[in-house]
Amino acid sequence: MDKTNQFHSFWGITLIVLVCLFGGMLFWSLWHIPEYSEGLSAMVTKHMPDSGVKSEVTAILLNFRGYDTLLEVAVLFAALLGAYQISPMHLDKSMVQSNPIMLYLIQYLVPIIILVSGYILWLGGHAAGGAFQAGAVLAGAGVLLLIVRPDSLNLKHSVYLNFILIIGPLIFTLFAFLPILTGGTILEYPRQLVGIMILLIEAASTLSIGFTLMLLFAGGRPPSGDN
Amino acid sequence: MMNIFEILFDLLLAFVILWLAVRTVYIHNLFESIMSFIGFGLFMSIAWLRLGSIDLALAEAALGSGISGALLLMAKKKLSDCAVENKSYKESSNG
Amino acid sequence: MNLPFFYACFGILIFLIGLIGLTLQPHILKKLISLNIMGSGIFLVFVALAKRAGLSADPIPHAMVLTGLVVSVSATALGIILAIRVKQLYGKAELPEDGR
Repeated sequence: MDKTNQFHSFWGITLIVLVCLFGGMLFWSLWHIPEYSEGLSAMVTKHMPDSGVKSEVTAILLNFRGYDTLLEVAVLFAALLGAYQISPMHLDKSMVQSNPIMLYLIQYLVPIIILVSGYILWLGGHAAGGAFQAGAVLAGAGVLLLIVRPDSLNLKHSVYLNFILIIGPLIFTLFAFLPILTGGTILEYPRQLVGIMILLIEAASTLSIGFTLMLLFAGGRPPSGDN
Repeated sequence: MMNIFEILFDLLLAFVILWLAVRTVYIHNLFESIMSFIGFGLFMSIAWLRLGSIDLALAEAALGSGISGALLLMAKKKLSDCAVENKSYKESSNG
Repeated sequence: MNLPFFYACFGILIFLIGLIGLTLQPHILKKLISLNIMGSGIFLVFVALAKRAGLSADPIPHAMVLTGLVVSVSATALGIILAIRVKQLYGKAELPEDGR
């Protein structure tokens, strides 16, 4: 036992020394960063009238750097596919917390949460908000329903569930690759339709993100729709 | 440039976030660790507000603290009472 | 030291705390939590360095960190499902203590 203690403390000391060295290197490199740098904010402000929305972060996410957001929606979808492969949905009777207080409360909470999610989605066009925040709030409503009253959702492998899960990446990919048909590059939205296209992409992504996070919380593939 | 109240607020916020992070990593009880992580996410949301980005504050409060906390609590419950299905793996790993 | 560099140093500290937690804790769920803390530290450094221009913060790192936050939550979810599967197959979700 004494040998394993010495063994452990040797690796413990080594870990502390290595972390201190690494931290020192990081702090030293932070020391050499210039104190004032405007970054790309001037370029963003210059191109804001072309972007179709009034919020800078939404314009960057869906227009200027739309490729990153397209891949991010694909990453969420890939995580869901991985979860489908590994295990079936494990929300059984032991995890359901349906006491009368919660059953009464979700009748009021869930519609309000869905309304708040839609409001945050609409707000993303001209203030802070957008698809990801709205999708996360929608996923909160889904998680609440899954815990308190799962038979109201009745999740099973159906074409409607698959459609809701795929609608976000599908619409985003469609609108991203559509300009190729008219001779432009990808993600080059037509100038007069930018605002409405961004709103449609965000709405579809909100639905998809909400249901994807809810299914990731449930833990895997829903049961098959035969029974 | 920065008055004394801003400096005090930043120092207090930094101290609370550091304390919650150390507590999350160091405590051996899993439940307290997850609770500290949820609190860490909420104070991180205030830090994003202090650094001037409202979208990040919204996203961190909803995703980093809400959804992530719910996921971890569900995982803790599932890990403590899921049945081990394959006994032969368990025996061969002990030998 | 003005505001951005204070938050950047603080973000590096959070990253180091998460790194120590990742290596020292044997339980898989604790490792996932430490990974999330490391991610939050990195995002703090990124957004703090975006505020160097004063009051008009550079919005591009905000969008990138938003993307990173969503990706990190989905990776945590997948890691949790894998950890539950490991517990179902092997009987415990901790790494063995004697360093095998």
